[in-house]
Amino acid sequence: MAAAAEATPTNQRVAEAQALMRRRWLRARWGLSAPAVLIILLFGILPLMIMVVYSFLEAGEYGGVNWKLSTDAYVSFLFQRDIFDGTLTFSPDYLIIFLRSIIFALATTVICLLLGFPTAYFMATRPPSQRTLWVFLITIPFWSNLLVRTIAVMITIRDEGLINDFLLWLGLIDKPIVMLYTNFAIMLGLLYSFLPFMVLPLYASIEKMDFRLVEAGFDLYATRGRVLRRIIIPLAKPGIIAGCLLVFIPAIGAYVTPLILGGGKHLIIGDLIALQFGSSRNWPLGSAQALILMVGVLIALLFYVRTTTGKAQALHG
Amino acid sequence: MAEIAAVEAVGVTKVFGAGAEAVRALDEVSVAVRQNEFFTLLGPSGCGKTTLLRLIAGFEQPTAGEILLKGKPVEHLPPYQRAVNTVFQSYALFPHMTVAENIAFGLEMRGTSKEKTSGVVEEMLSLVKLTGFGGRRPAQLSGGQQQRVALARALANSPDVLLLDEPLSALDLKLRQEMRGELKNLQRRTGITFVFVTHDQEEALTMSDRIAVMSRGRIQQLGAPLEIYERPVNRFVADFIGDTNFLEASVDGRKGEYIHCRVADSLDFLASPAANAAAGAKVTLAIRPEKIQLRPGGTAGTIAQTVYVGTDTNYEVRIADSLRLNVRVQNAVDGRGQYAVGDKVGIEVPAGAARMLQD
Repeated sequence: MAAAAEATPTNQRVAEAQALMRRRWLRARWGLSAPAVLIILLFGILPLMIMVVYSFLEAGEYGGVNWKLSTDAYVSFLFQRDIFDGTLTFSPDYLIIFLRSIIFALATTVICLLLGFPTAYFMATRPPSQRTLWVFLITIPFWSNLLVRTIAVMITIRDEGLINDFLLWLGLIDKPIVMLYTNFAIMLGLLYSFLPFMVLPLYASIEKMDFRLVEAGFDLYATRGRVLRRIIIPLAKPGIIAGCLLVFIPAIGAYVTPLILGGGKHLIIGDLIALQFGSSRNWPLGSAQALILMVGVLIALLFYVRTTTGKAQALHG
Repeated sequence: MAEIAAVEAVGVTKVFGAGAEAVRALDEVSVAVRQNEFFTLLGPSGCGKTTLLRLIAGFEQPTAGEILLKGKPVEHLPPYQRAVNTVFQSYALFPHMTVAENIAFGLEMRGTSKEKTSGVVEEMLSLVKLTGFGGRRPAQLSGGQQQRVALARALANSPDVLLLDEPLSALDLKLRQEMRGELKNLQRRTGITFVFVTHDQEEALTMSDRIAVMSRGRIQQLGAPLEIYERPVNRFVADFIGDTNFLEASVDGRKGEYIHCRVADSLDFLASPAANAAAGAKVTLAIRPEKIQLRPGGTAGTIAQTVYVGTDTNYEVRIADSLRLNVRVQNAVDGRGQYAVGDKVGIEVPAGAARMLQD
C-alpha cells in the first residue's frame, strides 16, 4: 500500500518529464529539418506554383505573360486554332514530340539496364577491396560538366571525328559514316550521360545480396539462367526500380544532349519547352507543356510502383 | 564386392590462391561415406571440413583428386546436376518467396508437375512440423523454424545425399539439443545419407554413425563416436574431443594386452598399447578425467583446485611440481564434492583407461 501511494507522484513526474522530452524532440526535429524544408519550398514548390499559374495566363507579346485567365496553352497543346475563323482542328504535332521523347527515354532506360546490370554484377562480385575502385571509376564522368562531355561525344562521332578518322585510316570505309545529328547520336549521348545512374543503384542492391542464395539456387537444380531470373533479378529489384527511375525521368526531360547531338533536327520535349520560353515567346505554353510532362511522368510512376510493389505489400499486410 | 559408397573422395586436394599466399585447405583426403549413414566431418574452423562439403556439393572444384557420387565421378558436373542437396549454415532461404515456394523450388526447377509438387510440399511441411506455415515469408519465422524450412527445402528433392553445413550453429542451446534428436530421427526415417559438418564435438558424438575428425586439411581419425572418444589415435583427436590429460610416461614392460607405465615415479598403471612399445621407451598417454578414480587417505596427490560443474566436480590434483592431473568425479546426492583443496588423495587409474598415442 505504501509503495503504491508513493508510486503515483513519481509516475506523474515521469510522465511530465516524458512530455517535456517529447516537446523538445519535436522542436529539435523541426529545427533540424527547417533548412531543407525551406529550400524545397523556395526552390521547388514555389517555382512549380508559378508555372501552374503561368500556364493559365495569356502569353505576352514579347515573352512574359498577360495577367488574364486563359486555357489557351492547354488547348493549343492538342489543337490548332485557325488564324481567320478561330475554329479548332486537332493537331498531333506536340503529341508526336512527346511520344518521340518517351521512346527515347524508354530506349535509354532499357539499354542502360541491359548494359548496367552485367556491369553492376561484375562490380559487386569483385573482392571487397577492389569494389571501391570500380565505384570510383564509374563516378569519374561526374567530375566534368555534362556539356563538356556531350561536346566530347560530338567530337568523337562527327564526320572528321576520332571514329571516322580511325576507320578511314584502317581502310575499312572510304567515306565517313554519318553519326552526328542522327537519332543514333542522341541515343549515344543519353546512354553515356545516364549509364552511371543505372549502375550505381544496381550495384548497391546487388552488393547487399547474399550470394549463398545463388549457391542455394544452383544446389536446388536451377541453371544459371534460372538463378538469374528467379533469384538474382527479384533480389536486385529495388536497385532496378531505382535505376530505371533515375534514368527515365532525367532522360525524358533531357535538353542539352539532344540539342547538341541531334542538331535540333529531332525535337524532343526538353527542346520544345525551351523553345517556348526562348524564340517562341510563349511562356504559358511552355509552362503547360512542362506540367503535362510532369503529370504524365507522375501518373506513369504511380502506376509502375503500384504494379511492382502491390503484390509484396499485399502479402505483408 | 563392397557396397558402393554414397560419397567418396579419392586423394582430394584443394588449394586456394596461388604462390606464396596459397592455402592448402585439403591435403590428399580420401574418405568413403556409406549409404544411409549419418556421417560427420568434425574439426575446428579452418580444418577443411566445409571445403570438403562444398566440393561434394559442386560449389568448388578440387585442385587434385576425385569426388564420386554413387561410384560416378562428378567433377565435371555443376551443382545443379548433382543428386545432392545442401542445408546451409545460415539457411539461405529465398527471402522473396514464401515457405511453400522455397520448398517447391527444387522440384519446380526439375520440372515436377504442379500437383505432385504441392503434394510433396505439404508432406515436407508436416515432416518438419510446420503444417500451415506454407504461406509465410522466411522473415516471419523464428530461427528454429527457418532451420526446418531449410531442411524441408533440401529433403523435398529426395536427394541421394544431404549435406549439412553447421546447420545448428545459429540456434540457441535448448533448440539445438532438440534439433539434434529431430535430425537424427529424420535421417533414420528418410534413409538419406547425411554428411554433417560441425565443430561441436557433442553434436558429432550424439548424432553420428561415423565421424571423421579433421585438422589442417587432413582426416586425423575415422570411426564410430565410441571409437573416436575412447580410442583417439593421436594427440589432436584426444585433445579436440572431450577433455584429456596428457602424460609423458616411461614403459616398464608389457603385461598381457597392456603395457606397464610409470609417470613421475609416483604413479604407475596399465595402459592400452596402441603399438608395440619396448621397456624404457618414452611414450605419451591420454587419460580422460572421468576415468581416473580418487581414493581418500592416499598420498599420491594433493587437491589443488575444485570446480563445481553441476553433475560433477572437476579436481585439479597436484602430483609433482610440473605434473597436474584433471579428475572428474560425479557429485554425491547432496551435490557436494568429496574433497577440499589441500586434501591428500590416492590416485587409481584402471587398467586400460590410459591410451598410448601413436605420435
